[in-house]
Amino acid sequence: MADPFDIHGLGTEGRAFTVRALVVFLVALAMMLVLLARLVQLQVVEYDSYRIRSDDNRIQVRALPPDRGLIFDQRGGLLADNRPARSLNVVTELIDDLDGVVEELGALVDISERQIEDFHERIARRRPFEPVALRMNLAEEEVARVRVNGHRWPGVEIGEENVRYYPLGDLMAHAVGSVRRVNQEDAQRLDKRRYRGVKFVGRLGVEKFYEDVLHGDVGWQHIEIDARGRIHRILDETPAVVGRDVTLHLDSFLQGAARDALDGRRGAVVALDPKSGGIRVLVSNPGYDPNLFVTGIRSDLYQELASSRDAPLFNRAVQGRYAPGSTFKPVVALAGLAAGVTDWERTIVDRGEFRLPGRKRVYRDWSWTQGNAGGQGIVNLRKAIYRSSNVYFYDLATRMGVDALSSFAAQFGYGEVTSVDVADAVPGVLPSRAWKMENRGDRWYDGDSVNLGIGQGDLLVTPLQLATVAMVIANRGHWARPRLLRESGGAQPGFDLGEPRPRVAGVTDADWEALVDAMADVVHRGNQGFRENGTAWFHIGRDDLGYRMAGKSGTAQVVEIAQGEEYDEEALDEYSRKHAWFIAFAPAEDPTLAVSVLVENGGGGSSVAAPVARAVLDAHLRPRLASL
Amino acid sequence: MATTYVRSLGARTTRRRIYFEHFDPLLLLGLLTVILFGMVILYRDQDVMIGQALRVGVGFVMLVLAAQVPPRVYLRWTPWVYAGGLALLLVTLFLGVTVNGSRRWLELPGGLRFQPSELMKLAIPLMLGWYFHRRGLPPRFRDVAAGLLFIAAPAVLIVRQPDLGTALLLTAGGLGVVVLAGIRWRWILAAVGLAAAAAPGLWMAMREYQRDRVRTLFDPEHDPMGAGWNIIQSKTAVGSGGVFGKGLDQGTQSRLDFLPESHTDFIVAVIGEELGLVGVTLLIVVYLAVLARGLYIATQASGTFARLAVGGLMLTFFVYVFVNIAMVCGLFPVVGVPLPLVSFGGTSVISLLAGFGIVMSVHTHRNW
Repeated sequence: MADPFDIHGLGTEGRAFTVRALVVFLVALAMMLVLLARLVQLQVVEYDSYRIRSDDNRIQVRALPPDRGLIFDQRGGLLADNRPARSLNVVTELIDDLDGVVEELGALVDISERQIEDFHERIARRRPFEPVALRMNLAEEEVARVRVNGHRWPGVEIGEENVRYYPLGDLMAHAVGSVRRVNQEDAQRLDKRRYRGVKFVGRLGVEKFYEDVLHGDVGWQHIEIDARGRIHRILDETPAVVGRDVTLHLDSFLQGAARDALDGRRGAVVALDPKSGGIRVLVSNPGYDPNLFVTGIRSDLYQELASSRDAPLFNRAVQGRYAPGSTFKPVVALAGLAAGVTDWERTIVDRGEFRLPGRKRVYRDWSWTQGNAGGQGIVNLRKAIYRSSNVYFYDLATRMGVDALSSFAAQFGYGEVTSVDVADAVPGVLPSRAWKMENRGDRWYDGDSVNLGIGQGDLLVTPLQLATVAMVIANRGHWARPRLLRESGGAQPGFDLGEPRPRVAGVTDADWEALVDAMADVVHRGNQGFRENGTAWFHIGRDDLGYRMAGKSGTAQVVEIAQGEEYDEEALDEYSRKHAWFIAFAPAEDPTLAVSVLVENGGGGSSVAAPVARAVLDAHLRPRLASL
Repeated sequence: MATTYVRSLGARTTRRRIYFEHFDPLLLLGLLTVILFGMVILYRDQDVMIGQALRVGVGFVMLVLAAQVPPRVYLRWTPWVYAGGLALLLVTLFLGVTVNGSRRWLELPGGLRFQPSELMKLAIPLMLGWYFHRRGLPPRFRDVAAGLLFIAAPAVLIVRQPDLGTALLLTAGGLGVVVLAGIRWRWILAAVGLAAAAAPGLWMAMREYQRDRVRTLFDPEHDPMGAGWNIIQSKTAVGSGGVFGKGLDQGTQSRLDFLPESHTDFIVAVIGEELGLVGVTLLIVVYLAVLARGLYIATQASGTFARLAVGGLMLTFFVYVFVNIAMVCGLFPVVGVPLPLVSFGGTSVISLLAGFGIVMSVHTHRNW
């Protein structure tokens, strides 16, 4: 028993207790040493990794997307602008029931199924605590509704970002192109570092081709956040570098004139500055409002655009491939001169019909209708051009042969893309023996040469290519590759002007001048009597233009007309009618603009397409003439 | 200490002298130092600071009162206190307030809450001291068995709350008393071996969430945003503090809320982060000093009851300290135990200071 009066506690039992207490204390000391060892491990040995870990916790790198460079036309008019737009953003980390909140938000602002899908797609790509846009382009009242109710959902916020805006809307849609919101595909394709935090990327046209110039450099911000993702302070910042502005050769004024002249018809107008190759006009009609696409178009609207038979989303000017029809004849003429198979004096008798030796098939003049097969009479090369005599060119092409014709025509850029910076331009087709064997598995027949002589058959061109042909003729064989870019702020890294193309070979200066004269006759030769006037004179040449214009009409068949059958425009479905072409340049002596006009299913080139070309040249030249 | 003792023998004792003579200055200094560590971390939140100061104030009142009561009174009242504590635990099981899925709290009229298990922190060492005091030392086998029953009864009730952490800690403290009582070393070894053998059984008996905590201890990265979050953030806080710490108030882990429970169970992580290895080591040294002083007082105490009660109180105190820091360092599973005298909240500070009041009473009443 313990002795209550053992005041020093040093009895036997007390001594035993003291030993025990000492042992227990030593055990406790040992345990604490274990803790200390652990602390040394954490705070000394593994310090670096925990320090990094702690910094990773609190420090986030936030990308500062650069403002996209602006796009101007050559007069300094704004073609692509950046405008602040407000979007409904969600920080998903702060929300437990995401679907529920999205549904509730749907009661305040319009959110489509597709937008919700896109939203979930973006969530998969965002960084932790990065706000994800659920709806963009909020209207003022939608912003107000969200602001009033926003307190109910922490993590729902109104964000402001710069969004591309195209002030001219559909006028420049195909010429300038547009940006689209970065999607899954883009995200995989684009450089992750250069595009961190960037929401838009050029998808069409200039926006696509000059993406690198316009994009700028992403800036970075190190921010300190807490566990709930709230920003406490900005630690340091590398500002974003604004994308470089781009000035194009495009001319909004001429573009508008061209679009107006098309007057709602499907078609395309391309106009080039012959000196520089600068693309002054690039119209594809109908256009569409690119602003609809920037932040995501409503799906029903998209369906309407995409499925429209008028194909407003299709860029006819650079991607539409059409037979050039008679616009090919000037090139055939030059080829014949170069090949020595004709000259300006040689004549044939054009009775409106052409047969290959020993064949029955009849190739007819364009003027042929049942009961009237007169032909153009006695035709030399000049008349063959201004009257657009088919028979002359059937004969010429046949005698020249496909090899001479095809290789000569190649000098004008048929069958290849000669433009420097037109995104998605297609090359068209320049047939040759080799081409036919490869693509049709068949040899070249003389009949093919006959068709090729008047620009039919397998020959396919885009309006941009035909404008290029018009430009090369206007330049008397000298080349300037078509381009949109006039200048961009600062240097143009990696901007390839392309190989300079050599002057068209084999044609004398006199031949060039004679050809230009013949093409001027197409427009200006009038009051000469039956089958003596230029084909376009009646339609565009009767009044005083104030300048001399050279041109050539063309009409391209869309459907094959059987032998002996009449092409009856009224009987054909609108979309089966012929395409109308006109190429032109002016002033003929020293051209400052070369134009190609296509009116789809328009009918006659001279009657339908030529007035459009004249309208563009008038718009280009008349203000200058007035100012002289 | 002798002076204190001699002076208290003096015939005339003023009221004023009574108050101060029953303090042990060294122990008091240690306690104040520990409390200061907590305050240094807690001061930045005014509400928390006031709450903690209030609790410390009440705790010191309890300490002063407890120190005045002579050990023989404790000896007399111990069975009743213990029985009362058990009764309260029983009541808690049925009438307790449920917080986070467990009934640990009793709500008194007026909204005051307290945990009966806090009371058992004092009652178990006292009860064991009381029991072995009557049985004589070294204890025989059946005395030990009976002693274990005194530990097991409240432990089972607390496990049922459920509050496995507290139950285990109280059990560990109680077992410490049994060790101090003089139980043979070979029994201790046998018990340790038995416990090791029974470990798989314990694993089977554990609830799924408890197993998860153990699993998380070994592989916190398995679920870094969920179960592993606490332990990862806590280790990160401590580790990133380095040797000298990030500086007071500069702890990003706690200040930016990455560290959960930074005022309560994980407060030592804040100390580690802001004051570094130096700060935590200092704190540990002070804790060891308090333990050493307490155990010394136990060895100096007169009588089995006083020795074992004080030793038991000190060991319970130590077990809490050790387990809490081990948990924060990722050595132990996350059990919700506060760091004694440093963590904010609950009634832990009050019961602990009351316990130290008993310790001081024992030391200053050696002449009873």
